[in-house]
Amino acid sequence: MILGSINPAVLLAALMVAATPILLAAIGELVVEKSGVLNLGVEGMMIMGACVGFIIAVNSGSPLLGFIGAALGGMALSLLFALLTQALMTNQVASGLALTLFGLGLSALLGQKYVGITPPRTPKLDLGVLSDIPFLGRAVFSHDIVVYLTIALVAAVWWFLKYSRAGMILRAVGENHDAAHGLGYHVKRVRVLAIMFGGACAGLGGAYLSLIRVPQWTEGMTVGAGWIALALVVFASWRPWRAMAGAYLFGGVVVLQLNLQAAGVRIPVEYLSMSPYLITIFVLVLISSGKARGSLNAPGSLNRPFHASS
Amino acid sequence: MIRLEKRKEPSKVWRIANPFLAVALTMLAGAVMFAMLGKDPVVAIRLIFFDPIFSETFGSYSRPQLLIKSAPLILIAVGLAIGFKANIWNIGAEGQYIMGALFGAGVALAFFPAPGWYVFPLMVMAGAFGGFLWAMIPAILKTRFNTNEILVSLLLVYVAERILAAMALGLMRNPDIAGFPGSRDLRRYEAAHNAELFANTGIHWGVVAALIAVIFAYVMMTRHMLGFHVKLAGQAPRAARFAGVAPARLVIVCLGISGALAGLAGMFEVSGPGGQVRIEFAAGYGFTAIIVAFLGRLNPIGIVLAGLLLGLTYIGGELGQMMLQLPGAAIQVFQGMLLFFLLALDFQTNYRLRLTRGVRT
Repeated sequence: MILGSINPAVLLAALMVAATPILLAAIGELVVEKSGVLNLGVEGMMIMGACVGFIIAVNSGSPLLGFIGAALGGMALSLLFALLTQALMTNQVASGLALTLFGLGLSALLGQKYVGITPPRTPKLDLGVLSDIPFLGRAVFSHDIVVYLTIALVAAVWWFLKYSRAGMILRAVGENHDAAHGLGYHVKRVRVLAIMFGGACAGLGGAYLSLIRVPQWTEGMTVGAGWIALALVVFASWRPWRAMAGAYLFGGVVVLQLNLQAAGVRIPVEYLSMSPYLITIFVLVLISSGKARGSLNAPGSLNRPFHASS
Repeated sequence: MIRLEKRKEPSKVWRIANPFLAVALTMLAGAVMFAMLGKDPVVAIRLIFFDPIFSETFGSYSRPQLLIKSAPLILIAVGLAIGFKANIWNIGAEGQYIMGALFGAGVALAFFPAPGWYVFPLMVMAGAFGGFLWAMIPAILKTRFNTNEILVSLLLVYVAERILAAMALGLMRNPDIAGFPGSRDLRRYEAAHNAELFANTGIHWGVVAALIAVIFAYVMMTRHMLGFHVKLAGQAPRAARFAGVAPARLVIVCLGISGALAGLAGMFEVSGPGGQVRIEFAAGYGFTAIIVAFLGRLNPIGIVLAGLLLGLTYIGGELGQMMLQLPGAAIQVFQGMLLFFLLALDFQTNYRLRLTRGVRT
């Protein structure tokens, strides 16, 4: 009765939009972790991206510039993490947390004059006849360009990790940094580049939230999206396409929950809105407990600091 | 060129000096930030760090506030530090803090308006139990299903925040005031009120509990087998296993202690300074306590000093908002910077900067 009032094509369309920000952040973090680094600062980089992107888009009137600025903002914050963990050999867990705390504060400070403003609209991509296909047109071919670029990015990361020489080096560095160092690869350089890529992706994910998904700036607006992206990488057992599947699954939960709220189900809104977090935890449990699969796939040097002592 | 050389032994001098250096650097960077915001940096720094204690005009109000703000930070950080030492990362203290508050307030509201002496002790137990229970979720999922405790404890913060909102709007809402979210004011229910023990000092039961927790943690870490196991598991997990340390039990114990202490902190807050279950009750103590734990070098005594300092930034921040219209978020940035500087400086503990001539070998 209630579900009957939800149009599946609209649901599918909304799901893709809801999934895009966490997918962007997750695919970036996936590359970072593949290089052997655990950056828990995703939430902080995302919120910085959301804030910087919003400010630039509002002031320039151009969403494109906003997205570019968001990527640079996320990257700038990630460089701080790179400096700490790669040059100064600090604990990655603590440094990532510092990044999140700092990012949440700094974004609140920078963005306080922008609360309540509407950002310039990002146009939908005109896909001509494709958009006219019944059902699919509405569900899949009616989005802004970022949704499609994100899918392309997943494909590119998949290809990069699987087939390119640079991707092979990155995986080697993440799998066993001592061996990679012995073979003459620059462990730190590879990791810094990966961290920067992760920061840029998280920044873009944040900007997608503030410029398209919500679209508005409010303090702390990521509400855990960065942490869910981190969980998604575990869920995906470090595989790009599985990260996308997971993000869409998650997007489905979010959208369904919002639809149930709108349809006036007799469950208080607060309980419905906690479901994405509970389901993320539930999925984490399922994945982690499958001893033979999930966790065995983690890069061998993940979260281990590297110092060339010889 | 400059390179890092690993020290044979961590430098004790830098371990103790770094927190002070980090505070000094944060003040410097903070001054730059305030200048960029168009405020007089000297006035701003003085207002945050000195005036709450030493100023004639603000001191009488601010000084008791210092203990009120610091006590929950110290209480939570002491528990977190035990886990961090063993490489068990409870990052969700904020959620455990909320659940402790809800359990404690729940008991109070259930007994309202009974005047019995037993109400407050029961609330204390309920608060600790609520935090403990919430921390057991990541603990059991980790030991049974190998799930990452960092992610689970953190995601549970968002769940706890939603439960808090649901309680403030629903089950725990004050039935006497229609339309407004929020529970009865526990400060007006004498049997449940965590009142000031000595007038104008800020000392309430939460401060006493923080003190007991510090002593308890100090004794445990230095005199008790459990403390030895915790340190061993953190420094040499393999050796710990040979020494008969059960990793699963350690996870349960560490998360349990930190959860219970965070729950206590929440309970003392909701029955005292906070007063009622409100949607905006949680103030981020659970996250700031992470900074306190690191700044205090995971050492109970150090945590007391670090807790007092970060408590001071809260009060100074409020003062800055009032007197200089400093944005509230500036203090959050300040706290984040403090952790950054501390971590960055810590390379000196384990490494030595060496100037080398010629090429790297």
